[in-house]
Amino acid sequence: MAQSQQPATRKAAIVGGNRIPFARSNSAYAQASNQDMLTATLDGLVARFGLQGESVGEVVAGAVLKHARDFNLTRESVLGSKLAATTPAYDVQQACGTGLEAAILVANKIALGQIESGIAGGVDTTSDAPLAVSEDLRRVLISLNGAKTVQERLKALARIRPGMIAPEMPRNAEPRTGLAMGDHAAITAAEWEIGREEQDELAARSHRSMAAAYDRGFFDDLVTPFLGLTRDNNLRPDSSVEKLATLKPVFGTGEGATMTAGNSTPLTDGASAVLLASDEWAEAKGLPVLAHLVDAQTAAVDYVHGGEGLLMAPVYAVPVLLARNGLTLQDFDFYEIHEAFASTVLATMKAWEDPAFCKEKLGLDAPLGSIDRSKLNVHGSSLAAGHPFAATGGRIVASLAKMLHEAGPGKRGLISICAAGGQGVVAILES
Amino acid sequence: MADWYTTFANSGVGTTITKQLGLPRPVELRRYEPGQPLLPGPVVVGSAGQGRLRDTVTAVLRDAGVTVQSPVTADGGTDGEKLGAVVLDATGLTGPADLAGAHDFLAPALERLRSSGRVLVLADPPAAAGSPARAAARQAVDGLVRSIAKELRGGSTANAVFVPEGAEESLAAPLRFFLSGRSAYVDGQLLTLSAADVPANPDEEKPLAGKVAVVTGAARGIGAAIAEVLSRDGAHVVAVDVPAAGEQLARVANAIGGTAVALDITAEDAGPRLVQQLVARHGGVDVVVHNAGITRDKLLVNMDAARWNSVMAVNLQAQLDITQALLDAEGALKPGARIVCVSSQSGIAGNRGQTNYAASKAGVIGMVRAWAPEFAERDATINAVAPGFIVTEMTAKMPFGTREIGSRINSLQQGGLPVDVAETIAWLSQPASAGVNGQTVRVCGQSLLGA
Repeated sequence: MAQSQQPATRKAAIVGGNRIPFARSNSAYAQASNQDMLTATLDGLVARFGLQGESVGEVVAGAVLKHARDFNLTRESVLGSKLAATTPAYDVQQACGTGLEAAILVANKIALGQIESGIAGGVDTTSDAPLAVSEDLRRVLISLNGAKTVQERLKALARIRPGMIAPEMPRNAEPRTGLAMGDHAAITAAEWEIGREEQDELAARSHRSMAAAYDRGFFDDLVTPFLGLTRDNNLRPDSSVEKLATLKPVFGTGEGATMTAGNSTPLTDGASAVLLASDEWAEAKGLPVLAHLVDAQTAAVDYVHGGEGLLMAPVYAVPVLLARNGLTLQDFDFYEIHEAFASTVLATMKAWEDPAFCKEKLGLDAPLGSIDRSKLNVHGSSLAAGHPFAATGGRIVASLAKMLHEAGPGKRGLISICAAGGQGVVAILES
Repeated sequence: MADWYTTFANSGVGTTITKQLGLPRPVELRRYEPGQPLLPGPVVVGSAGQGRLRDTVTAVLRDAGVTVQSPVTADGGTDGEKLGAVVLDATGLTGPADLAGAHDFLAPALERLRSSGRVLVLADPPAAAGSPARAAARQAVDGLVRSIAKELRGGSTANAVFVPEGAEESLAAPLRFFLSGRSAYVDGQLLTLSAADVPANPDEEKPLAGKVAVVTGAARGIGAAIAEVLSRDGAHVVAVDVPAAGEQLARVANAIGGTAVALDITAEDAGPRLVQQLVARHGGVDVVVHNAGITRDKLLVNMDAARWNSVMAVNLQAQLDITQALLDAEGALKPGARIVCVSSQSGIAGNRGQTNYAASKAGVIGMVRAWAPEFAERDATINAVAPGFIVTEMTAKMPFGTREIGSRINSLQQGGLPVDVAETIAWLSQPASAGVNGQTVRVCGQSLLGA
């Protein structure tokens, strides 16, 4: 038999990261474009690791809300940055999983020896969002563009009606159900009987934990200020269950509605980037290895017809990942479960604890069991920082890698991110 | 980049007006640019007393491509050619009578000095002179040089270097500095050298080639200028500033190919964190510039504890703590390390409303003096630089009158630029500056304050 040409794989190192502080929609970054934010984030990373004029193997990033002009967003951002213009780049998009998926893609190429270093990132703005003209007007304008004679042009223009003029705003809604993501999450919350108080507790803890992490300088080498903003402006260090309890529900209906603006993430602008490399590359540059990306898994659920919650895909992805790596849910020192909504985190954990669900839906003999809450989102998560869709993955990967590094060698962390379209992306990091 | 008044005073009508009214006539100073010759004209080297440094001086200058003239024969020069510099070797003075030689040499030589010219007097240190007459003659150099500095016009400067017996090797780097455009705003200063093993600079165009330099407070103003100049001279710069200044800091680091480190230097673990970063990423550090500083002005009677404490913490305690952390950590300070601490004119002269600031900056001067012997044992040095009125974003916000007066009350009749402070720091950071240790060099254009 011919010898296999398959190269041996290695684990990609996470060297560090950078993000700009996240800003609530239409606030500090109202005038900034995706390209502005991603470029600034890359430049902050370049400054931190002395990569000026360097060509890294690949830069992979994306945005969920994207203008047509941003078809080559990442490459354009690289060209505007201090990285060498010879650095290749491409865009990816997997809704809120974009940032983590980008890191997995870069890590896999490093693992295969195809590249020695790479940057994974993500950016989103809901302030500088693309506006579309109505579908009817779009058709008229296209035929106008194709018209060859004056007569044809006039004929095309005559088809315009006042009702066509209103632009279509991008909506945070699922195309197949017409429901907002929050409405979907509210259905899941009701199904799993997630109470208001536990959601508010989780939210308050996220704010307080992240504020404490800022205060002790944890984010000094993870965040670079941008446009005068030095911390995430969604962060409420004095958040409390009592204050959150005063908010009116915004998702779900009637008595059972529990989800408020306080325990749901707001629309947010921001960008993040993570530097990954082979151990050898990092060593040669005198750069640290904070952790390695061990393995990753994606999953999707049929939220349209299959009766599963829109944001429950990570619940399915994690047991696959655990089985492949011979681990149990309890074999981790840190858990980073993206707080799209407090209820999502709580429903996720409840599902893993539920014997019936684990048997029937996940096909497991025993439930995955519970998570030590003191190891969950210990430096806060999206409820505190905000959630610029594609930027959340990079935020979590860099922060978790640093936490693992601080905890010492051999520590393990689990990342779980839910995404629109009923998808989930999960990964294991190890120091 | 002359200020508005300098531009006006050098315009046609401005020249007439300022001359007739006897107003200050500042000129645009000769400042260093890479590739520039050391001096724009020949040097005349003379002596008073026995003079043991003439050969050293001549060798250094010839090596730098400067034409050296003798005062007696004026060889090598053409008639009436303006001088770039005048160097007086006044070592070996035995008593006041020998000073007549200084007058005889300097008076005609100064007449031939071109604009932005340099006068440098080399002498024995007044301390331990052996006899009162000798001490008197040596100390007289102090008054002589300070007065010449005040008499010179057209951007010219006068400084003195005291060279103890055995410290002759230490002279080359200071000699080059004081004659060059790097010392544009250093005027009326007296520097005392010490004996040391003096390595040569690897390259006079890139004296810091291969070095790693840390600059605190590097995001803006003088700190950013220091980072730029150290980088220009060949160093890899680790630019440090508070996390809130990170956006600017990244810009500075990216412009010079350096590394940005967001760090509050007053944090309890700031020293160990910086040491860890320097050792792990750069294998240690060669040059440390303690530049970060803050002001919290108030009259002492109105000053709260917070203002006092924050200024002390940033301006003085952090310099002590970080330096100590670097000394304590194995391999953090590379052999031949150079520490330069930014003091201030206020630390020498005092300033109304700045008791906290002046105390902290005076403390810096005491600190470098006390630490110098320990650094000398490691073939390292620690010095301070005390800027005078330096034109920055901060001074731009001063009221017009205060700013104009502040910038004119010095012998060069103008404010200095951040780059002037940076050049002095870069010079003290050079390998060849090994014989300058425990000193405080003022960059103030011979300010009247605290002189």
